[in-house]
Amino acid sequence: MTALAVNDLCKSFGGLRVTTNVNLGVAAGERRLIIGPNGAGKTTLFNLITGEITPDSGSVALFGRDITRTPSRKRSHLGMARTYQIITLFTQDTIERNVTLALLGLSPLRWNPLLALDRQRHLLEQARAALKRVGLDHIAARPLAQTSYGERRRVEIAMALAQNPKLLLLDEPFAGLSIDERQDVRKLLATIPRDVTIVMIEHDMDTALDLVDRITLLHFGEVIVEGTRAEVVADPRTREVYLGE
Amino acid sequence: MNSPAASPVTNPATSELTGGGAVRRVAIAVAVLALVAVPYAIEQVYYVNIASQILLYAVFALGLNVLVGYAGLVSLGHAGLFGVAAYVVAYLLAAGHGHALAILAGLAAGLVATAGFAALALRATGISFIMITLALGEIIWGLAYRWISITGGDNGISVSTRPMPFGLSLDAPRAFYDATLIVFLLAVGAVAIFVRSPFGAALCGTRDQPRRMNALGYHVLMIRFWAFMFSGLLTSVAGILFVYYTEFISPQALALTASAEGLLMVISGGAGTLLGPVVGAALVVIVKNVVSAYITRWNFMLGAIFVAIVVFMPEGLVPGAVRLTRSAWQSASRQKGTTRNAAASAPRPQS
Repeated sequence: MTALAVNDLCKSFGGLRVTTNVNLGVAAGERRLIIGPNGAGKTTLFNLITGEITPDSGSVALFGRDITRTPSRKRSHLGMARTYQIITLFTQDTIERNVTLALLGLSPLRWNPLLALDRQRHLLEQARAALKRVGLDHIAARPLAQTSYGERRRVEIAMALAQNPKLLLLDEPFAGLSIDERQDVRKLLATIPRDVTIVMIEHDMDTALDLVDRITLLHFGEVIVEGTRAEVVADPRTREVYLGE
Repeated sequence: MNSPAASPVTNPATSELTGGGAVRRVAIAVAVLALVAVPYAIEQVYYVNIASQILLYAVFALGLNVLVGYAGLVSLGHAGLFGVAAYVVAYLLAAGHGHALAILAGLAAGLVATAGFAALALRATGISFIMITLALGEIIWGLAYRWISITGGDNGISVSTRPMPFGLSLDAPRAFYDATLIVFLLAVGAVAIFVRSPFGAALCGTRDQPRRMNALGYHVLMIRFWAFMFSGLLTSVAGILFVYYTEFISPQALALTASAEGLLMVISGGAGTLLGPVVGAALVVIVKNVVSAYITRWNFMLGAIFVAIVVFMPEGLVPGAVRLTRSAWQSASRQKGTTRNAAASAPRPQS
């Protein structure tokens, strides 16, 4: 089954075409890597898939359901979660509170103005479980402002995983991490079960290659090459526009 | 035994009154008792009235703080909402209707006006939001000033009686203070519950990271709308208290300066904190009514105090005082520790 189907997606900002007839088919359980030079339109493609930007034409389908006109907030209720290239967290709160907010986003409780949030044990337990998955449960009560960059990256992933997504979009999950931290995050991503489909943007090919099944190369908003790891790496167009050989 | 998973998720921004702890509960009880004792401790009627004024403006500031502090939306038109509720109550009472109907109609009119404000102003954020609320507030002020057949124009509307809940007269300043105190405590309790709730957490989330909240599945616009309604409800309550307090309403009560004073109360006390707006309301009302009796240019003094707060406690009086107390406490503890270590490491005299 196709988890994510992007068909002829186009987007322009004024006279600048940032996405040109992009087609993408990601099978359920697949790990897909999106690569391309800076300005290729990778994050814009993510924003189009999540609905943060409305496409000029084309369509997006999630597990066979057309979501092109579905508001962004509703896509997370349909099983789509994402992380951001520029870490976007709640810095005034604790790590646990950040993950709790992610859980609350999908709960009808979010409209309740009377109950005390800190007494919703089931939410807190789920938040702790998500933090345990990323190895941060021991510092759950720490204010986010007192955490390292690598820990924040893992909080981002914990928030996405806490929502039990069917499709997980990771925007440069290794960006800005040290070598050790990259290995930690790589191991973490490798533990995500196959019932979660992953589409990942990443520049660090050395770390990301082992994780993925297929690769899509974007250049100036167009899909240039798509295939297995070996096919894409061997393709001369990949070397020309991305690997620089 | 509590499992680690069940430990509370505390939000440092909202925990000054909402968190647990026996000391905190005792402090709250002492504060409530002190407020109850105010009219008995102060003999002069003038000062009892000032205390009532502080409480009713505190309710106004608490309402504005829901929007400014917790939603991150600065309104410069809240005096308009305050005035709508006050005018409707005054108009109905002057027309010979009862207090219950007037109060309910005042609240309803305040909420309808709030919904209108929210529907128009929430289309924008930041400076645009401020300007839209300012414009809407000025429209309400213009109506109060020019729609003379309804509002009495500059002459305003007088209210000759106060309500008698459970047969108790509120005509005496002490009785009115007690009634205002009950409403004030209910308002503080309502805001405390609201801030601790999942909806309150969601609202703070939309203030800090609206884009992220949207991606997490929250309806940011609707959350802001309902927060605006809650803010409007408290503002309407304050407007109704005001019209009963002064037994008069005129366009001056809903002018831009009144909105600006409300904002000053919130920011000077500490936006996004529970007690900040209360302290801010006390500061503004005291400077405006008490200090002005001794200093002709009290506006200058209020401005100077505000500048001093911005310079020395940019987060507001309440969080600023907490920060300074903590750092003084920590520095005292460190000094004590250093002295103890020095004493322990000093050579002992040989006997």
